[in-house]
Amino acid sequence: MTATVDTVHRTTPPDPGGRPAGRAVPLRIGPVSARFRWRSVLVPVVASAVVVLLGALGLGRGDYPIGLGEVLRTLVGAGDQAQAFIVLELRAPRTVVGALVGLALGLAGALFQTSARNPLASPDVLGITQGASVGAVAAIVLNGSTSTGALLGGLGVPLAALLGALAVGALLFTLAWRAGIDGYRLVLVGIALWSIAQALTDWLLTRAEVHDAAAAYVWITGSLNARTWDQAAPLALSLLVLVPLALAAGRVLGVLQFGDDTARGLGVRLARAQGGVVVVAVLLVATAVAAAGPIAFVALVVPQVAVRLTGGSRPPLLASGLLGAALVVGADLLTRTVLPQALPVGILTAAIGAPYLLWLLVRGRRTLA
Amino acid sequence: MPVPSATRAPAPTPADGTPGPARTARAARTRRRVLGLLALVVLLAATCAASIALGSRPLDLGTVWQALTDRSLRTEEAVIVWDLRVPRTVLGLMVGAALGVSGALVQGHTRNPLGDPGLLGITAGAAFAVVLAIVLLGVGTPAGYVWFAFAGALGGTVAVSVLGSAGRGGPTPVTLALAGSALSALLFALVRAVLVSDSNSLDAFRFWVVGALAGRSADVAWQVAPFVVAGLLLALLNAPALDLLGMGEDVARGLGQRIWPARLVGLGACTLLAGAATAACGPIAFVGLVVPHAVRAFTGPVHRWLVPCSALLGAVVLLAADVVGRVVARPGELQVGIVLALVGGPVFVALVRRRRTATL
Repeated sequence: MTATVDTVHRTTPPDPGGRPAGRAVPLRIGPVSARFRWRSVLVPVVASAVVVLLGALGLGRGDYPIGLGEVLRTLVGAGDQAQAFIVLELRAPRTVVGALVGLALGLAGALFQTSARNPLASPDVLGITQGASVGAVAAIVLNGSTSTGALLGGLGVPLAALLGALAVGALLFTLAWRAGIDGYRLVLVGIALWSIAQALTDWLLTRAEVHDAAAAYVWITGSLNARTWDQAAPLALSLLVLVPLALAAGRVLGVLQFGDDTARGLGVRLARAQGGVVVVAVLLVATAVAAAGPIAFVALVVPQVAVRLTGGSRPPLLASGLLGAALVVGADLLTRTVLPQALPVGILTAAIGAPYLLWLLVRGRRTLA
Repeated sequence: MPVPSATRAPAPTPADGTPGPARTARAARTRRRVLGLLALVVLLAATCAASIALGSRPLDLGTVWQALTDRSLRTEEAVIVWDLRVPRTVLGLMVGAALGVSGALVQGHTRNPLGDPGLLGITAGAAFAVVLAIVLLGVGTPAGYVWFAFAGALGGTVAVSVLGSAGRGGPTPVTLALAGSALSALLFALVRAVLVSDSNSLDAFRFWVVGALAGRSADVAWQVAPFVVAGLLLALLNAPALDLLGMGEDVARGLGQRIWPARLVGLGACTLLAGAATAACGPIAFVGLVVPHAVRAFTGPVHRWLVPCSALLGAVVLLAADVVGRVVARPGELQVGIVLALVGGPVFVALVRRRRTATL
């Protein structure tokens, strides 16, 4: 009863990605640490190569297939006009949006999970993507029927979504703040906000005309359909600022994982550092979701995959971002090529990400046992 | 690991028999628990009365009383009271109690204060099965969904437990929660995959997924009642074992508690309760998450008190939310799932901001 929140999160079970260091380290400290360093370089490199490869393949795929060689020629400006239009105006923005959204979501997930020291702390669970859904669904469903609806409809779905995400992010920050961000409080407050936003979305859906509800449903699933440079350009610009900030935050997070007291002892100004991390993560999610809808699972699963692939003790930022990009671009490629019916990309990211996380869980426990 | 205060060895009392500090503390704790329990019983009676007396159509109290006492009356008012409000109240009682208790069990077994029955794949499994029922079989009424939702809830929990405990170490809170959210995400993705291409099914699903007591006939209550009763009994049976497990599996084993049977009973009770509730009303968030937290404020972490008090408070909360939903949006109604999220969310945030409540 009298244990404080601090005690609680010391007793929180360690991140499942963390190896049971107590047992493993004394026996094989040399080879293990060497392997970790090697993998933490290899994973981002391979992930970027996969993004580029899948992206290039994606540029050639669609109703009008173009060979990989032609795509490359077009990219350097040597293709014919029709191909240039298809590749550069129709497919490239979609691929770029997909890669950037995946990057942003993966990074944001890693930031949230590390700063909250909880693998479940992802923007999907904290309610930020649900906040975006409320904004977007309200813009679709209420458009014209109320004054707020007209206002939101006039802004357009992406801006309404951005507002929704930022509103929930601001609420999350204000409510979870009490002389610093405590990871536990952050997740608990986030779950509350998630439920409220989810309920509002469901309720808006029951009030909608059925065709509006169907359109809203596609949006809240997360889709890259019909994305143009109008979505890609602002996304790229904001990531140009946010990604370096996120990577800088990584250094602080490395210290934070040793516990608040140690971090404070090492000279980290805790409240400001944690606040900064959360703000960057919220902004990353908000811009990503505004561009493509709340693509499910990327921010939750990708950092967990990344931590297992690199073999570290906490989600690596860069690897998470790049794996996120690879997942979204790859999923989008699948929706357009293999599947008989073009499903929104969010369905694919969940259908790929979830079994993979499950597999890692099962396999991870076997090898550890 | 914070040791539940009630299981600490009591400090030795002075030999002369005067109440020592430990004894007075224990007496105060017991008094607080008994008072809390009594307050819950009174509150429950009050909400039941309100649920029968109030509705989107205002009836004066005399008419309601007359309809309740005189079963031979067949006026329109009597029909409203007996055929709509009484079954709805009974259903609300059962579903609220079921959700509150299953939340307490999930949080106790996974040692995760964020534990919610929905996290274990129950809601997702139920939603998936309901969508299959709508799309493949054309089932269109809540009474028709019940068995599908129940089967889905069972399947979801079994899948999460198997996946979360694969490997020799058995389930840990984190693997269970991760397996639960991974499976939920997968199943909801499949649900969306079906619904984005089928707007007729979406039309039925969107009214199921908000979670409501309205429009459920007495049949639904009868269908789920045996499962709720069985689940509540199992939960009460499981409570002492949970108190031992709370001290850590090794300690519990040392004290003679068999771990696996206890876990299995707990999981079974939780599945029966949350599955039945979801089958009857659709997914209702928050009761399972928030009620045990609120109850812990006066019972402490002892499950022999926590489980029954969660049943009472769960029923109070669900019925109260339903009544509020009937009156705020007259002449229409706000579904109970929506009301609970809108009211429960801020309450939960307030609880979280008081430091003590995050303790398990």
